[in-house]
Amino acid sequence: MNIGEQYEKATQLREDILHMVYKSQSGHIGGSFSCLEILMALYYNVINVDSKNPHWEDRDRVILSKGHACPALYAILADLGFFSREDLWNLRQIDSHLQGHPDMNKTLGVDVNTGSLGQGVSVAGGMAMAAKYKKKNYQVFAIIGDGEVQEGLVWEAAMSAAHFHLDNLTVILDYNGLQLDGFNAEIMDISNIMEKYRAFGFECYEADGHNIEEIVKKVKKPHNGKPKFICCHTHKGYGVSFMEDNVDWHGKAPNKSQYVQAMKELGVDIHE
Amino acid sequence: MNEPKSIRVAYGESLAEIGSKNSKVVVLDADLAHATMTNIFSEKFPERFFNFGIAEANMICAAAGFAHSGLIPFVSTFALFGAGRGYEQIRNSIAYVNANVKFGLSHSGLTVGEDGGSHQSIEDIALMRVIPNMTIFVPCDPIETKKAVYAATEINGPVYIRTARPICKNITDEMTPYIPGKANILKEGSDIALLTTGIMVSKALEAAKELENQHISTAVVNFHTIKPIDEECILEMANKCKALVSVEEHSIIGGLGSAIAEVIAGKSSIKFARIGINDKFGKSGKPEQLLKQYGLSVNNIINTCKTILL
Repeated sequence: MNIGEQYEKATQLREDILHMVYKSQSGHIGGSFSCLEILMALYYNVINVDSKNPHWEDRDRVILSKGHACPALYAILADLGFFSREDLWNLRQIDSHLQGHPDMNKTLGVDVNTGSLGQGVSVAGGMAMAAKYKKKNYQVFAIIGDGEVQEGLVWEAAMSAAHFHLDNLTVILDYNGLQLDGFNAEIMDISNIMEKYRAFGFECYEADGHNIEEIVKKVKKPHNGKPKFICCHTHKGYGVSFMEDNVDWHGKAPNKSQYVQAMKELGVDIHE
Repeated sequence: MNEPKSIRVAYGESLAEIGSKNSKVVVLDADLAHATMTNIFSEKFPERFFNFGIAEANMICAAAGFAHSGLIPFVSTFALFGAGRGYEQIRNSIAYVNANVKFGLSHSGLTVGEDGGSHQSIEDIALMRVIPNMTIFVPCDPIETKKAVYAATEINGPVYIRTARPICKNITDEMTPYIPGKANILKEGSDIALLTTGIMVSKALEAAKELENQHISTAVVNFHTIKPIDEECILEMANKCKALVSVEEHSIIGGLGSAIAEVIAGKSSIKFARIGINDKFGKSGKPEQLLKQYGLSVNNIINTCKTILL
C-alpha cells in the first residue's frame, strides 16, 4: 500500500472507528482519531507482525499506552486480518473480545493490557530490557498521550529507559493538547516536552502526527544508542470538523444526527 | 539451611540457587538489594539482575514486560512499597493479565521494628488477597522460604511471597510437605486449633505447649498459603475442635483471620477468635517489644484460647 492509498485507508478506518463507537454508544473517538496516523505509520510501514502468527516471538511490539484510544488499534488489527472487521461492531459489548481498553488475553494482536495511564510505557521498557537480555532484535514502540505524561510513572519509565540504554525502545507522544477536563496547558502544563525527554537522555524528534510519511521518516532515524522519543503534533478528533480540537469528544459517543454528519464529512452518505 | 537465619536471607539464597537452575529467572529490585538480600543473586548473576532505583511502580510494570517476553521476574522490595505503593500496577499490569511475575516482598509486619509505622506493612495480605489470580505464600522459616521460591517458579501466574526480617529457627524440615493451597497440621489437638502463618507459627507452637501443660488439647496449623486458602482443613478443624483462633502478624482485617472467617461463615457455628494487629498502625520499638504490645505474644495466645473456651 503506497502512501496515497494509506490516506484513503485512514478515512476508511475513521469510518470504522466512528461506526464502532456509535454502535456501542461508548468509547473514545477524539483520542482514537488523533493517534490513527501514528499507528498506521507503524503497522503499515515499519513493524514486523504476522496476523497468522500473532504470538510470533520475534515480532515487533506496539504498546498503545493511551489504551482508551483502542478503537484506532482495533480498526487496524481488523484490517490486517488479526480478526474479522465484523467483530468491531461489538466493541465494549458483553462477551466481546474487544474490551473497552486493550486486553492481550482477549484480543489477538494486542501486545500489552493498557488503560490505566502510564503503565503501558513502563511495561514497554521491561519488554525492551527483556529483548536485550534475550539478545532479540525486535523493536518496542509505546504510544503515550499528552495527558498521560502527567503520571509520575511515565517519568520513572523515561529515567530507566535512558539508564538501561534502551535503543530498541521508541516512545511516541500523541500531542493533541487536550485531556478530559480541558487543555493540558490549563490542567497540568506539559510544555517543553522535547527538552524534558532530551534531559532524561532520549534521542528526540518532532513530527506532524497526521503526516504518515513524516512519522515513518522519524521512526527510522537512528537511535544513537539511546531510547527514542518522537513528539507527534496532532489534533483530537482529527478528520471530523465538529470533533476536531474539541474536548467534548474525549469520551463521548455520537447520537444519530452527529453520526450521520460525521460520516458525511468522511465521505459516506447515510440516509436515515 | 539448618542454622537460624532471617527469612529474607533464605529468600536471597534461594533466588541464587534457583537462578543457577533456571535461566529464565531474573531479579528486579528497587535500591534495597542489601535489605531484601537479592544482592546474593546479583553477585552471582549480574546480567540477570536489574536495579530500578527508588521507583517501585516502574519496576513492577517493567516486570510485566519481562514476563510477557517469556522470563520469570522476581520483584523484590519492602512489602509496603511493593504491595502498597505498587498496588494498582500489580492489579492492572500483572494480575489482570495473569502475567508470570513473582513478588518476594520483605520487611512485612511489625518486626521491621525501629523504622516504625511508616515502614511496617500490616495490610499487604489484605491488599493482595482481593486481587484475582494472585497466589499468596507466607513462609514460617528459612526452609519454607526456599520451598516457596521453588513453588512460585512452578506456578504460571502472579505469586506474592511475604518475607520477614527477623532471624528465626527452622520449624519445618526438608521433608515437611509443601503443597500450595494445602495447610500443614504441625500438631494435632481436639480442644482448640491455632491457625497461624509466618513468624507467628513458632509462637503458636510455644503457646500450644503451655496449653497442653494446662490440659488443653491444642492443634497448630501452619497456613503457608493464604490464597488459595485451605478450606477443607479449616472446616475439618471446625468439626474436630471446640474453638478456632487465628494468629498472624498482620491487621486482623483482611488477613488470615478474615480468610478463615469467610470460609466458616454459614458453614460452622464454632467459636472463633482472631489475634492480629487490632486496626492500628505500628510504631518504633524492638520487634519483640512491639509483638508483645500489639498482642502478638505467647501469653496473649494462651489467654485468648482459655477465654474462648470458657
